[in-house]
Amino acid sequence: MRYLPHTEADIAAMLAAVGCGRLEELFNEIPADCRRTAPLELPPAYSEWALDHHMETLAGTTATAPDYDIYLGAGSYAHHIPETIQQLLRRGELFTAYTPYQPEVSQGTLQAIYEYQTLVARLLGMEAANASIYDGASALAEALLMAVRITKRRRLAISQAIHPLYRQVVETYLRPTGFEIVPLPYGPDGRTDLTPLTDLRDLAAVAVQSPNFFGCIEDVAAVSDAAHADGTALMVAAFSEPLAFGLYSAPGHLGADIVCGEGQSLGIPRSFGGPGLGLFACRTTHLRAMPGRLVGKTVDLEGRRGFVLTLATREQHIRRERATSNICTNQGLCATAAAMYMASLGATGLRQLARLNYDKTGYLQNALQRAGVVLPFTAPVFNEFVVRLPAGSAATHRRLMARRIIAGLPLEPFYPELADHYLLCVTETGSKAAMDRLVAEVTA
Amino acid sequence: MMDAHALLFEEPLLWEMGAPGRSAFSMPERDVPEHPLEPALVGDYPDFPDLSEPEIVRHYTRLSQWNMSVDTTMYPLGSCTMKYNPKTNERQAALPGIARAHPLLPTELSQGLLRLMFELERLLAEITGLDAGSLQPAAGAQGELAGMLIFYAHHADQGRPRTKILIPDTAHGTNPASAALCGFTAVAVPSGPEGILEPDAVAARMDDDTAGIMVTNPNTLGLFETHIRQVADLVHAKGGLVYADGANMNAVLGQVHMGAMGVDVLHLNLHKTFSTPHGGGGPGAGPVCVTQALARYLPVPRVLKVDDHFTLGSDFPQSIGKLHAFYGNFGILARAYSYILSLGADLPRVSQLAVLNANYLRAGLRNHYHLPYDRPCMHECVFSDKHQLPHKVTTLDIAKRLIDYGFHPPTIYFPLVVPGALMIEPTETETKETLDRFIAALVSIAREAETDPERLRQAPLRAQRRRLDEVQAARKPCLTG
Repeated sequence: MRYLPHTEADIAAMLAAVGCGRLEELFNEIPADCRRTAPLELPPAYSEWALDHHMETLAGTTATAPDYDIYLGAGSYAHHIPETIQQLLRRGELFTAYTPYQPEVSQGTLQAIYEYQTLVARLLGMEAANASIYDGASALAEALLMAVRITKRRRLAISQAIHPLYRQVVETYLRPTGFEIVPLPYGPDGRTDLTPLTDLRDLAAVAVQSPNFFGCIEDVAAVSDAAHADGTALMVAAFSEPLAFGLYSAPGHLGADIVCGEGQSLGIPRSFGGPGLGLFACRTTHLRAMPGRLVGKTVDLEGRRGFVLTLATREQHIRRERATSNICTNQGLCATAAAMYMASLGATGLRQLARLNYDKTGYLQNALQRAGVVLPFTAPVFNEFVVRLPAGSAATHRRLMARRIIAGLPLEPFYPELADHYLLCVTETGSKAAMDRLVAEVTA
Repeated sequence: MMDAHALLFEEPLLWEMGAPGRSAFSMPERDVPEHPLEPALVGDYPDFPDLSEPEIVRHYTRLSQWNMSVDTTMYPLGSCTMKYNPKTNERQAALPGIARAHPLLPTELSQGLLRLMFELERLLAEITGLDAGSLQPAAGAQGELAGMLIFYAHHADQGRPRTKILIPDTAHGTNPASAALCGFTAVAVPSGPEGILEPDAVAARMDDDTAGIMVTNPNTLGLFETHIRQVADLVHAKGGLVYADGANMNAVLGQVHMGAMGVDVLHLNLHKTFSTPHGGGGPGAGPVCVTQALARYLPVPRVLKVDDHFTLGSDFPQSIGKLHAFYGNFGILARAYSYILSLGADLPRVSQLAVLNANYLRAGLRNHYHLPYDRPCMHECVFSDKHQLPHKVTTLDIAKRLIDYGFHPPTIYFPLVVPGALMIEPTETETKETLDRFIAALVSIAREAETDPERLRQAPLRAQRRRLDEVQAARKPCLTG
């Protein structure tokens, strides 16, 4: 096998050095009652060529552009990824290294993550960002646990317009600890209804997502004011589409205390939902309660600038059961990709790209409305929005699928009250011609 | 900062480069008019530098040259299994039908990907000897959390939630941290004089309020927990469950049967045993495997096969719920699946050679470094700086000096039960010649400790940077530029 370098002569010489006669003797310490009684039943080894063929066959069953026009978003977005990023990530020095425990020989990873933390903090309008959490969902769960630690309160108000799958992950993380989740409903404009907050006491945090699951831009400043009314509760702002902050005010500028969300849009392939990237940022006053790794700037013995992992006393390998999180391995390479992507866009490019996403979405909204499709929510959106199709819409959805158009995500499984509602997503990769075809087919 | 010699370049930070108006992004054509926008909602431009494509490429190429990596040199970081990461796996994960797959596609339009997940779950069940699994946890620590949530759910269903969990003193820090997330209080179990768990120590601590035990086997000393079956029986007799941290699975592929060992739940680190790259800190994947009795608690959605069709099922009311927005780190799963198919029946040989390499290092170094537990090891061996301390040379100095010899240092100061630990895991993909050079380097360092200790305390001398001031970094944190 080509990954295993040992020749029979190597093995014989090494066994002699070790004092063993056969490879099997290396396992003599393992008691009989722990052993397998039969060999592993595994398929015969594939050659490299056969593996290519097999994997192409499996991957070939997936509906992707350009064969399909896909209007799915909901936390996973079709953005163009510069080829430079894909090539640079394949530098073995980046992708076959590990957590930079030895900074003298890990300055590449450390500087890349320091730059990532900086660009994320600037994008979100926050003071500090960590080196990543697994995904947008676990980042939100970690943010809420952090709010509980900081405020020493046990009740959390969570908007129902947060991605339903993120809320499911939050419930999983919080279930054994018995923290109370109070749902905040969404209003007729598609934004979170904040009126229940006036009667809620002793909250650790108020959490909303903006743009929210329906694509609507929340009034983050109003949520912050409501959260901060009692002087203790924190405002947690989640997101699944960070490109929105190329256009709209960043949550950090609107009073959020913790900002967290999914960074897949920033140069990371969809890959059937992962690996993505959990972005996580907070105020420096809360730094020591933050989960995850942090890279900091320092100097070496000769006074030269360098970078190290820092504030590790928050982490599991030092603090064990009293750590701020159990996270160890994070999404380092995805964070590096995100930094490359943000650097490739620059300030000018990010604004241009965000505006293009916004305008394309606006074009499709207008075209659908003109064709008689109902857009139930009135709040401004970024690159996603909800439509209501006439009753019996499932048949329409299926008919379009047969024509290789995936006309959005049905919302009924997530919101039973939203039968015949679909969440549509448009990015810069969608064309006017394709959108015109969608409108024609939907209304045919 | 812009000095350079030969192949060693200094490189500025991104925002110290570029000029406004440059771009490294090919902006798609604008084929729609501007849509009206509420001015009050518009934010300031983010403070990003504008850079061109050649600047981006050179920046990251230079940064990459400041890293040691598996592709550069031997990287014997104990318990991290830094084996070779096959290039073909990268190709497979980048196939358009994988990289461009939207997770919420109708299942009839993602059949091949669901089949891959279904088959990988079955392969991992076969490899571990357990019955069912979930690929959803995004890393080992999230796999541990899944396991602890399953423990919690199981005991809650018995009508009596339990509050404690046994964790040996050799465990990774993630174990107690994961257990704490489920409200369990960690009870440390000291390892015995042989470096392994002793049944009496477990029996003395196991009671009706203890949810079970978390065991890493082989443990972080690189030793097989030979009393595991007896330990499992003790824990089961009190109604507890046994969790196995599979971080060290690379030692025992095809050798042990986790079900026979009495394990109820186990996580695997696909980025260790199954060759997916560590990415400078991730992404990894930490699937959990369980016995049939606990399968009902696995995360949802689960991949189901009905005739020749694959679906995602969420109708498992006793499930612990979801851990990841979608199905976990699928791109990593595709790489691990490719690795297992590439090895096939050769998989057990991986462990044989990993254990051979570790024992070969142990034999080559045992006369030069202190071996706190002098018995045959599995995939890694743990030395200490006891022989070097009289010369005022510590494990840190030894590790830093290895850099000058062209090797990545091993894991140091872990496990905590060995003062000044040097935890060395060579993996099966290193050649005998490389191991010989590594042994020669460490033997030379042991000699230097006696003849020129100051050189070790100054090391590394030949890396991109000398030792860095970690105290200053922590005292006055500077986390953004």
